[in-house]
Amino acid sequence: MSNIAIGNGGAIVYAPGTSDAEIEAAAVAAALRHRRLVITWRLVILAVLLGTWEVFARTGIIDSFFYSYPSAIAARLYELITEGTDEAPLWYHLYITMEEALIGFLFGSVFGVLFGVALGRNKMASDVLSVYIKVLNAIPRVVLAPIFILLFGFGLWSKVALSFVMVFFVVFSNAFQGVREADRAMIANAQILGASKWALTRDVIIPSAMSWIFASLHISFGFAIVGAIVGEFIGSRYGIGFIIQTARGVHDTAEMYAAIVIIVVVVLGAEWIMTRIEERLARWRPPALNDSNG
Amino acid sequence: MSDSPQSDASPAIELINVNRRFLSPEGKSFATLNEFNISVARGEFVALVGPTGCGKSTTLNLITGLGKPSSGEVRVMGQPVNGIDPRIGFVFQADALFPWRTVIDNVVAGPLFRGKSKADAYAAARDWLKRVGLDKFEQHFPHQLSGGMRKRVALAQTFINGPEILLMDEPFSALDAQTRVLMHEELLKLWSTTKAAVVFVTHDLEEAIALADKVYVLTARPATVKAVHTIDIPRPRVLADLRYQPNFIEISKRIWQDLREEVQFGADASEAA
Repeated sequence: MSNIAIGNGGAIVYAPGTSDAEIEAAAVAAALRHRRLVITWRLVILAVLLGTWEVFARTGIIDSFFYSYPSAIAARLYELITEGTDEAPLWYHLYITMEEALIGFLFGSVFGVLFGVALGRNKMASDVLSVYIKVLNAIPRVVLAPIFILLFGFGLWSKVALSFVMVFFVVFSNAFQGVREADRAMIANAQILGASKWALTRDVIIPSAMSWIFASLHISFGFAIVGAIVGEFIGSRYGIGFIIQTARGVHDTAEMYAAIVIIVVVVLGAEWIMTRIEERLARWRPPALNDSNG
Repeated sequence: MSDSPQSDASPAIELINVNRRFLSPEGKSFATLNEFNISVARGEFVALVGPTGCGKSTTLNLITGLGKPSSGEVRVMGQPVNGIDPRIGFVFQADALFPWRTVIDNVVAGPLFRGKSKADAYAAARDWLKRVGLDKFEQHFPHQLSGGMRKRVALAQTFINGPEILLMDEPFSALDAQTRVLMHEELLKLWSTTKAAVVFVTHDLEEAIALADKVYVLTARPATVKAVHTIDIPRPRVLADLRYQPNFIEISKRIWQDLREEVQFGADASEAA
């Protein structure tokens, strides 16, 4: 096995007479080795980071009052999961935050796609409205949080509204761009094949804008969570943002970090689900080449 | 006489004294077609050859109705062009298939857009895929096929609508030489069963002669018709060895005389620009 490959400086050169099966087996083994190496390095970096943090905090090099330390955060995380807070179990807080974020995400992305496609298809409307969209887009979204609290109260809808505006503009501008980038020849082809204006939008424009739209959905789910949590900071009775806010009030830094860990896990999970959905919808796309040396 | 619809005497396509000007972003106007006249009889195969960028594709756009002449008249089947005529089929230079649809879903697009029932559309699509030899690739996506196979799908997608006028804009220019000859044979085979009027735009003179009844040589920009050559090679043509026959070479030499000056002129102009 070891004498199959001659050179080893970058590209692999196989000795003459090496069979295809041997080359394939060597490539599979190399890919596996590479993967193991990547995972090992990742774990090493994690261990070094957490270990340094722990040691620094315990020896007083960094102030554990502000930075806490990993073992305390883990313990606090365990407590949160098993016992919850004084107000409600963790799952209820998580449920509230997710409800706010998901409703905002759903409405924000649906309206973003609708407006993006409509304006992308209508030059007059986009020329007229583009200036207003620029102005609205220049508003940092979070400054709206106090206004939404006043308008919609401390409950669900103020956070939904904030999530909505966080998501809407991202999805809108990507959908708009995607529509504008649709291939000219493909559009002309559909028109000559007999597509009506509506059929053209539904069967050609939207599918070709889909990869742009999906790219924006990936980013904007994180934004939806930001909207919900910032809303909870300003005023709420439940939610992950509420946990962080009350922990800050009692200087429980471990709990603040524990809440951050929870939200990171949730966003990563959502990301994973979205990637799976995208893969299913994008079966038509050429798969990325598998570079066995990579 | 011209107002009687569909009178069989009227040519399939007529461009009469057509001018076409484009506006540059700076507001200057450029002529791409100048006093352009062409007439294509029903069932006739016409090729347009000319230097790169001379306005060949513009001509096709005017016939489809996707573009409008600045002055002059464009007639299809004796009627002035008004919007996209359903009797027209178009094969593009670029890949214009829908990449997210399977081969068969690409081919049924035309009939479904035109309101045919699903059952009829799929039955017709299977038939056309068989004719272009892709019946085993129904469920493949375009990216899984070779360039030549994708062109076959594009041909099936176009021919399934039964076009009476077929416009082709350098359809095979991206293919390698061997595949191109195969596609020429495929095209002539399909065309002989439909007898559509064809306008085939190309910058490849041999391709034009091998396929067409008439070859129009266009001048460099702004394009106007420089000469028309009738290709009197009998059909059916055996393309594989056509280009080595004495009369083919004779015709090539004759047309090249016309074309060479324009190509030279076009190249000088674009270098100067």
